[in-house]
Amino acid sequence: MWLDLGLIVGKIAVVFIGIIAGAFVLTWAERKQSALMSDRIGANRAAILGIKLMGIVNSVADALKMIFKEDFLPPKGLRFLHAAAPVFAMFPVFMTFAVLPFGPTITVGGKVIPLQILQLDVGMLYLLAFGSIAVYGVLLAGWASNNKYTLIGGMRATAQMISYELILGLSLIGPILVYGSLDPGVMATAQNGYLWGWIPKWGIIVQPIAFLLFLPAAMAETKRCPFDLPEGESEIIGFATEYSGMRWGMFFLGEFAEIVVLAAVLATVFLGSYQVPFLFDAGEKLGMAGFHFPWGAYLPIAEWAVVALRILSFGVKVLILMWLQMQIRWTYPRFRYDQLMRVSWREMMPIALANIAVTALIVMLVA
Amino acid sequence: MAPNRPSAVKLSTYECGEEPIGSPWIRFNTRFYVIALIFLVFDVEVLFLFPWAVNLSRMGLFAWIDMAVFITILVVGLAYVWGRGDLDWVRPKGSERGAAAGK
Repeated sequence: MWLDLGLIVGKIAVVFIGIIAGAFVLTWAERKQSALMSDRIGANRAAILGIKLMGIVNSVADALKMIFKEDFLPPKGLRFLHAAAPVFAMFPVFMTFAVLPFGPTITVGGKVIPLQILQLDVGMLYLLAFGSIAVYGVLLAGWASNNKYTLIGGMRATAQMISYELILGLSLIGPILVYGSLDPGVMATAQNGYLWGWIPKWGIIVQPIAFLLFLPAAMAETKRCPFDLPEGESEIIGFATEYSGMRWGMFFLGEFAEIVVLAAVLATVFLGSYQVPFLFDAGEKLGMAGFHFPWGAYLPIAEWAVVALRILSFGVKVLILMWLQMQIRWTYPRFRYDQLMRVSWREMMPIALANIAVTALIVMLVA
Repeated sequence: MAPNRPSAVKLSTYECGEEPIGSPWIRFNTRFYVIALIFLVFDVEVLFLFPWAVNLSRMGLFAWIDMAVFITILVVGLAYVWGRGDLDWVRPKGSERGAAAGK
């Protein structure tokens, strides 16, 4: 029992540190990349004893600054809500990761360990449920700040987030229909199947339209460019105006953690999770672990190497998707608010519904 | 660890340096409310879709027709709000009166 508890705590620690580290690196990588794309140098001043590490030290300086900066509360009432809003914005994001597998099920000394904190039959619902709690953070922040602009900003952000949340939910129905399960772990296993024996059954291949709907909707949920109307710092006042210091830092951290988590969700549902094409473990191919190519070639690999490759492949996919999100952010201009709402309700919504109907028909005909 | 030295100016609401007038909880555009209402309807729809999606391959044609009817009813609703102009963020003038008169 203590062993099980230790394992769970260990897995939580791995995931938690992974997200924090990801968010930490993102704050640096984003600045460097934006600098690169607009032909600037980017973060390069902060140094510890002359060591700059290409500006990574700047992120440390940022964190220190946020911790030591004065943290003010609005003078009139609503202190509790004002303090609760950043918590609502940050913690659900971390909780979301619990259902996502970051590696295959491994067996160590006769003990079966799934590399997934929580094996939940309703994993996808859990994911969406915790995803939508973040809306409260924004709404409360706008409401509790005792400021007209933040109230409107919070409303604007809420309307945007709930509109795109629908698209998130609807676009996930497609993959669920195909894999017949709400558990991301089961979805991950199913993605090692092959269509006609040679095309990997990854979400992006069997559900390309769902992927194209999910990616922008997910970016709108993170409230980042080109969907950064809730707080487009250069031209519009957002919900976080009355926040400073670590409380603002929590909004910020929540946003970056959300990028990591969304990249992980995209990788899990659409990019084959931890699967590498044609790589099987011993359990799947009668004790012959390694690459089984469709033309019959077989490349044996040790069982531990299969596990390592799979965890590595998940990490690489998440990194690529995070990079893609930043690339999109610095490539496209901001939407106008009415355009934003139109895209969600009038364009993505009918496509999502049609995708569900067609997918359901195909799934039914195949079954 | 952060210092705490409040002052009247520092704590004043940030509204471009002007003294705030009246309550911060102002009336806001009813568009937000309408969007929230439409969202609620479709969110519940999505919720019903989840268990259906998991079991469709086992239940076959009947379940598909069931859900097709359900979605059609909701799509009619979507078409109605669309036609009424509720999905336009900037709503054309006079459409409210037309809708109220049952046009």
